[in-house]
Formats: sequence, structure tokens, C-alpha cells
Amino acid sequence: MLAEILHTLPQVLIDGLALGAIYAIVALGYTMVYGILELINFAHGEIFMTGAFIGTAILITLTGLGWIAVMPALLALLLVLVITSVLTGFIGMGIERIAYRPLRKAPKLITLITAIGVSFLLQDLVRFITEVKRGNYILTGPSMFTDRVEVKTSSVLSVFNDASFKESFIIVFVVAAIMMITLDFFINKTKWGTAMRAVAQDRDTSALMGVNVNKVIGLVFFLGSALGGATGVLFAIQYGTIDPYIGFILGLKAFTAAVLGGIGNIRGAMFGGILLGVLEMFASANLTLMTNGVFGAEYKDVFAFAILILVLLFKPEGIFGKVVMEKV
Amino acid sequence: MIRKKVLSLFATATLAMGLLAACSGEKASTDDGKKGDGGASVIKIATQSPLSGGSATLGEAIKLGAQLALNEQKDKFKDLGFDIQLVPYDDQGDPKKGVANAELIGADKAILGVVGHLNSGVAIPSSVTYEKYKIPMVSPANTATDVTDRGLAAVNRIVARDDFQGPAGAEFAVNKLGAKKIFVIQDKTAYGTGLAEAFKAAAEELGAEIVGFEGVTVGEKDYNGVLNHVVAQAPDLVYFGGLYSEGGLIIKQGREKGLDVPFMGGDGLDSSTLVEIAGDAVKNTFITSVAGDTTATEAGKEFAAKYKDKYGKNVESYSAYGYDSMGVVLKGIEDAINGNDGKLPSREQVRDAVRAVTDFQGVVTTVTFDDKGDNENAQVFIYEFTEVAYPPKQNAVISK
Repeated sequence: MLAEILHTLPQVLIDGLALGAIYAIVALGYTMVYGILELINFAHGEIFMTGAFIGTAILITLTGLGWIAVMPALLALLLVLVITSVLTGFIGMGIERIAYRPLRKAPKLITLITAIGVSFLLQDLVRFITEVKRGNYILTGPSMFTDRVEVKTSSVLSVFNDASFKESFIIVFVVAAIMMITLDFFINKTKWGTAMRAVAQDRDTSALMGVNVNKVIGLVFFLGSALGGATGVLFAIQYGTIDPYIGFILGLKAFTAAVLGGIGNIRGAMFGGILLGVLEMFASANLTLMTNGVFGAEYKDVFAFAILILVLLFKPEGIFGKVVMEKV
Repeated sequence: MIRKKVLSLFATATLAMGLLAACSGEKASTDDGKKGDGGASVIKIATQSPLSGGSATLGEAIKLGAQLALNEQKDKFKDLGFDIQLVPYDDQGDPKKGVANAELIGADKAILGVVGHLNSGVAIPSSVTYEKYKIPMVSPANTATDVTDRGLAAVNRIVARDDFQGPAGAEFAVNKLGAKKIFVIQDKTAYGTGLAEAFKAAAEELGAEIVGFEGVTVGEKDYNGVLNHVVAQAPDLVYFGGLYSEGGLIIKQGREKGLDVPFMGGDGLDSSTLVEIAGDAVKNTFITSVAGDTTATEAGKEFAAKYKDKYGKNVESYSAYGYDSMGVVLKGIEDAINGNDGKLPSREQVRDAVRAVTDFQGVVTTVTFDDKGDNENAQVFIYEFTEVAYPPKQNAVISK
């Protein structure tokens, strides 16, 4: 049994990292908003999905214009990433302005329900537009970065089988890493980042110190949504096919990752996302082997969430979380 | 003055008499089978299929196929002394509308048979009404097992049942493709699991080894985990019980992992979207379907030409099934007329005559009903994607 698990381990790790990187960036969006507003922004999964659709739409348009053929693929990707993240960033800010800001003084449950409403709205809006334009809401983008790269993991340790991945895996991972490092730098080293942390700590006091709280919250939504939208593009490139409902399950799991890492903690969200992705991939590849066929791959989520519960039992604040007093 | 009154009275009386005569004429032709004014009594056959909405193309095809069969046999029935007419009903793919139409059909005493429906979900409740009125229904398209498993005397179908798709797929996979180690993936839905389990049981019986039976979650986009497990088992065929959106991704991501073996699935994969999602990877994929390619046989080609000539449209997958269903209904009515000394048969007689139809030679299928109303000669068709295009090519026909 152990040998068999080891055979596939390199491949499982690669696939798990790709999925985990996506969970991680989406989790960032949840954790940032929660850190500053103590609001679980359930619409964030839909922002991710909207980003995937906007990105694919741009790619399809560019292909139609014949630009993709002449442009280096990396440049095209960069262009799509920038346009999409700016657009979704503004969508996020707009949602905050219209749906959340008027309710900022209302009980938190009300804002939570609003967030769920916004998420349904976005889902059906995207589905409607896609159906009108394409006659089918399942959208398959042009394939990019599909060349396979072989990794000779068997030469490292003989029990490993060789692994392979698509070029898009490197793109997803590198872009995700760049985004996370930049965000970490932005929050910890810049003036705006300091303002964000200040607002997260105590909104009223930081307002007294001259921080424009509304602007900072708008910025948080912009950043989180821009990251989410860009991740949507990465997701569409990695998996090729998207539909308006991808945001739901993925959003839930990303939120879980944020909780696992310690909600409100940026580095925790990154770690939690990667951990959840790898765990899930490992479970779906090996559960049958480990349980002798009693539990199949369909129980992978049960396995991943059982671990989440275990972690939270012993460390309720999450892996990287700090114990804080409830803000009143 | 008096003359004027008499005249008007006379005129009114004539009018009333005329109306009554017309009524009684109609009554005579429907109820007692006596010759009406037209010289022949009228027999109506209804079609029920969606003529509006998303599946209108398929519903229309059933209606036109039925119409074609009816027109061809008009003269034959004229010789017997009957005028046959088609009454198309639009069930809108909606069970409520289907049942409401069925009540209307039941109330029209001239209707002796129904060709329909397209959707099993509509056929199941509507057929309860047909049963009540003893009107035989012949279905050109319903595959759900429950359609006939309820044992209704009025319900028949000429296509195969859902639970025959799995075994037919297994037979093709093991005997034709020579698969020895098969990995089965299913999507944890009633349809997918049912199909996958039927396939698994039949494949095991045929001597193949099932090296894995795993479930995936509908709506996810990353199936690399399960596929890693599949690759580790090195099967020589992968069977997927589920729908095209998950199937397309599994095929695509499987091929990306270097899984070059054939993929196979049921009619849930039968969609142009499968090709769109999987792209190049769709080659070497097989699907089973209850609908045959009409143009695969000589008789079918002839039918397609006739259809095109008459309606200016290409045949849809169910056009020929509509045609054959109508053929079966008319055969039943003809037998019932002959069994009733050339007089108009009752609905009950027609119902039993339809069920008794044996070896009816249609365009796409021969029809012999068993005691539940399933077609004993129903076939499942295997299609193969040899190119990145939809529809796939018909590869084989598996009979029961």
C-alpha cells in the first residue's frame, strides 16, 4: 500500500499544488475582507467566477481578432490578467459600495445574507449573459500552455513514478506566488498597507488618526476582488472549461482554507489553501488504497474536512491565527 | 304576414335540422362507426411531443415522422372504409401540460392511439391518463425504466430501456474493444451510478476485471486526483457514468496525463458540448445511445430522402422513431379492424392489438412487444468519436 501511494506521490503533489495555489489566492480575498470588516463576503467566490468568464471572453475575442496568433502567449496572458483584475476589482468595490456600505452599522447577519444575495445575482447574471451570447452557459476557452513537461522524479527516488504537468501549472503557480508575495509586501511595507492593518485593528481609532476608513475598505475590496478575478483567469487556463457555478464549491473550500490558516491572517490563508489543495488531491488519489476500497475518491471532501475539524479542535483560531478578543 | 312567419319558421327549422344533422353525423362516425356524411368514419391518432420550447426540434421531428407514416397509409385505410387523421398536441416538455393534453385526448372519442412523448418525465404521468381511457401509447423516445415497469396495458415503447445501455456498452467494450482491465468512474447521481453499476456487473460477467470504481462530484473542474488513481491502475478502458460536462473534463484531463485508452460512456455524453470541452481528446471515445443513426441503412437513407423531400428538413435522431411508432399504432388499428369484422374497433381492442404487434418491420427497428410493452428487438447503438466533431459515427449495434 505504502509503495503504491509513493508511486503516485510526485504527481499528486503537483496537481495538489496547482489546485492549492488557486484555493490560496481566493482564500486571501475572504481573509482580507474578514480581517477588516468581520464580514464573510460570500460573493467572493462569484467574483472569482466572474473573473474566469471575463478572462475567457477577452481571450476568445483576442483569438477572434487574430491577436493571439501574433502575440507571445505570455504577453497575452499578462494583458488578460491585468484587464480582468482591474475589472473585477471595480466590481468588488461596486458591490461594497452598493450592498455592504449602507449596512455597515447593521447586525452582521444582515450583511451576510446580502452577500449571499449578491452571489446569486452574479451567478445568474453571468449565466444569462453567456447564454444569450453563446447559447450555452458552459464555456470552453482557447487552450493555452498545454505542452507537457515531464519530471523525472524516478531518478530522485526509485519508488516514485515519473510525474508530468502542463505548462499552465507553472504559470498558475508562478503568477499565484508573485501575487501573494506582492500582497504580503504591500500590506506589511507600504503606507496603505499600514492603514489597512490599522483599520483592521480598530476602525474608529484609526479614523481619529486621520485614516480615510471608507477609502481603505474600498481598497481592500478592490485588492481582494482583483486577486480573485485574476485567479479566475488562471483557473480557466488551467482547466479549460468554466460554468457560472464554479465559484460556489471553490468559494466554500477557499473559505475553509482561510479558516484553516486562521481567518484574518494573510499568510495563514496562503498556507491553508495549499494544504487543503494537497490534502484533497491526496485523498482522491489514495483513499481507496488506504481504506481497502471501503471509502472511494468521492469521500475526499470528507477526509479534507475531517482534518479541518481536527485542526480546529486543537487550535480553534486556525494554524496561524492569533487569539483575539471579540471586537465590539 | 302569415306567409312571412311561416317562411322564417321554416328557415329556422331548416337551420336547426342542419345543425342537428351535422352533430348526429359526427356522433355516428365516432361512436358507432357508422358511415358519416363523408362516406368514411374518422379515426384520429394523436401525437404528443414538445412543439415549442428548448426541445421543439426533436418534438417536431417526432410529429413529422408520424405524419409521414400516416399520409402513406391513408389510402390503405380508405379502402377499409376509414379516414385517418393526425392530431398533434404540444406537451411543451412539461408533465402538467402533458397530462392536460392527455385528458383532452381521452375526451375525443375518435382518437384511438397516441404517439409520444419525447421526455420520460412527461410520459410517465400522462400515460396514467391514457391507461384510464384505454388509449394505447407508443413511445418513440422514452428510455426511463419506470415508463413500462409500472405494467400499464396502454404503454409501449419501441426504443431500448436505460438499463440496457450499461450491459450493451460492456458487451462492446469487452468483446469488440478487447478490454480486460476496466476502470469505472461515476458521478454519484441516480443516472450515473445506475449506468455505471449496470455496466460494471455486465462487464464482470463477461470476464473483464474492474480495477477501480470511483465517484466524482458534479460541478467540480479538477479531476486530477481520481485520474492519478486511474493512471496508477493502468486500465485498458475507462467507463464514465455521468453527463457530458464532467465527462468532457475527465476525458481531457485523462488524456493530459497520458491516458491513451478508449473512454466510454452512456447517452449522457451525447452532446456537442462534450466535443467542445474535451477538444482533441475526444477521439477514441465511445458512447452508447438508444437512438440509431437513421442514415446507416438503405431503408433509412430512403426514409431520410422522403422526409427531406416532403418537409425540406434533414432527419433528426427521433424522426424515424416517430415514423415507426406511428407505423406500429396503425398496424394495431388495422389488426383491430380486421379482428372486428371490418367495423370500427373500440379503444380496448386497439390497445390489445397494439400490444400484440409482432415482427413489425420499421425503418430503424423491428418491433415485438413483450408483456410489459418493451420492444424485444430494441437496440443500443455504439457511436465513436473518430474526429473532433459532433455527431460521432455509428460503430456498432447491440441487440438484446
